[in-house]
Amino acid sequence: MTARWRPVLAPAVHLRYDRVRGTDLLLLPERVVVLKGSAGDVLRLCNGEREVPDIVAELARRHPGAPVADEVPAFLGRIRAEGWLR
Amino acid sequence: MNTLSPPSGACDPAMASPRSPGSPGTSPVRPWALLAELTHGCPLRCPYCSNPLELATKSAELTTAEWEDALRQAADLGVVSAHLSGGEPLLRPDLTEIVAAADGAGIHTQLVTSGVGLGRARLGRLADAGLRSVQLSVQHADPATNDLIAGRRSFTDKERTAALIREAGLPLGLNVVLHRHNLDALDALLDLAPAWGADRIELANTQFYGWALRNRAALLPSRERLAVAARTVRRRRAELAEQRIEVVWVVPDYFEGNAKPCMGGWGAISFTITPDGTVLPCPAAAAIPGLDAPTVRDHDLEWIWHRSRTFTRYRGTAWMREPCRSCDLREKDFGGCRCQAFALTGDASATDPACRFSPDHHLVRDLVDAPPAPASPTLGEPRRPARRAAAVAPEEAEEAEEAEEAH
Repeated sequence: MTARWRPVLAPAVHLRYDRVRGTDLLLLPERVVVLKGSAGDVLRLCNGEREVPDIVAELARRHPGAPVADEVPAFLGRIRAEGWLR
Repeated sequence: MNTLSPPSGACDPAMASPRSPGSPGTSPVRPWALLAELTHGCPLRCPYCSNPLELATKSAELTTAEWEDALRQAADLGVVSAHLSGGEPLLRPDLTEIVAAADGAGIHTQLVTSGVGLGRARLGRLADAGLRSVQLSVQHADPATNDLIAGRRSFTDKERTAALIREAGLPLGLNVVLHRHNLDALDALLDLAPAWGADRIELANTQFYGWALRNRAALLPSRERLAVAARTVRRRRAELAEQRIEVVWVVPDYFEGNAKPCMGGWGAISFTITPDGTVLPCPAAAAIPGLDAPTVRDHDLEWIWHRSRTFTRYRGTAWMREPCRSCDLREKDFGGCRCQAFALTGDASATDPACRFSPDHHLVRDLVDAPPAPASPTLGEPRRPARRAAAVAPEEAEEAEEAEEAH
């Protein structure tokens, strides 16, 4: 289902590094979402050009041995369900 | 949500909505959000205005440079989101500079406006400066009634402004304050959200402070009509969600028997800077006597947030008396609202009378259980205009002209 999907943040959603708390955030009207772990790095790869397999491949290259093939598509699906990715 | 194991390098987003800022006590509490009341001037005269009865004058307002400095300090303190509000923030000729300062400091900005006096050119400049979202007030779905409640012709301006906001590609929220003069129009108000292209509609039952407290008798709805409205919201919410429109219902705390977790706790998540630079835990707190609120002209925000007596006074739970002190809800509702406790009992450290456990709960119960008054012919006393000493700068004069009329 995600093979041809090229995820990109929804127009109202802004990814920003919070220098005070040392964490990535999603900022949108009336809401702040704190991103844990590498969630921000994953979302930075969502530029509307990469397909999900490209994103998985890039993360697998950066994090050898990590179970990114299972976890990243599921994570992106959850973020899309929230309406934050398109 | 479950968190993935660190070696995966992946990821799980955890909601830290401004209502759940994480475990207290592990690190200094830092504010997430700022309400910047840029001016108390406003073309509208809504009788439930959230501004204080004592409105700041134009000559007392912070300068552009003072706002720029305050926004930089706020960002250093941890603020990531700001509502630029008023009064009507469009009356500040330097609004673009203020937006740019916030955005430059890393703060996400939302404009909260009546929509009166916003043209395409100015909105374009605001968006270029980094404005991220606009919230537009609507008083009623019927144009004539909207204009009656707002105290001036404004419905057509709002409709036009909504279209401009969509055209600019900015997220649009509609803000509706509900009371007995518009509660029955709820379906039509909800229809405005898809018609005007809004992403969100906030239905805020009137909270009784300042002007709304003064006009409470004219504004308070009956329990029966409120129950109908709550059912309407439940019925329409799913339908609007399918159109990706979020419906927010701000509960009428007088009727529920529960104290609201006001501001997510005193000095816990956000703060307000008023037009003259006074820094408060919430916009209504100016009414609490002896608060001795500091200003950005005299102190830096770091000291004000962490050290000032104004902010430490009701932070946490140590200040509580019974029944709050031993109540299981004390970490959830924080004893309710200090401003409401003061407004209704004269004691800001009392349990919020909206709470059914409050010894003063009869003060609100008697009001809402009273037999419905006959249809009130009056809207209440219109909010006074704030006195303004100077005209707007020439470059903004054309667009602001209409908004200025009423001053």
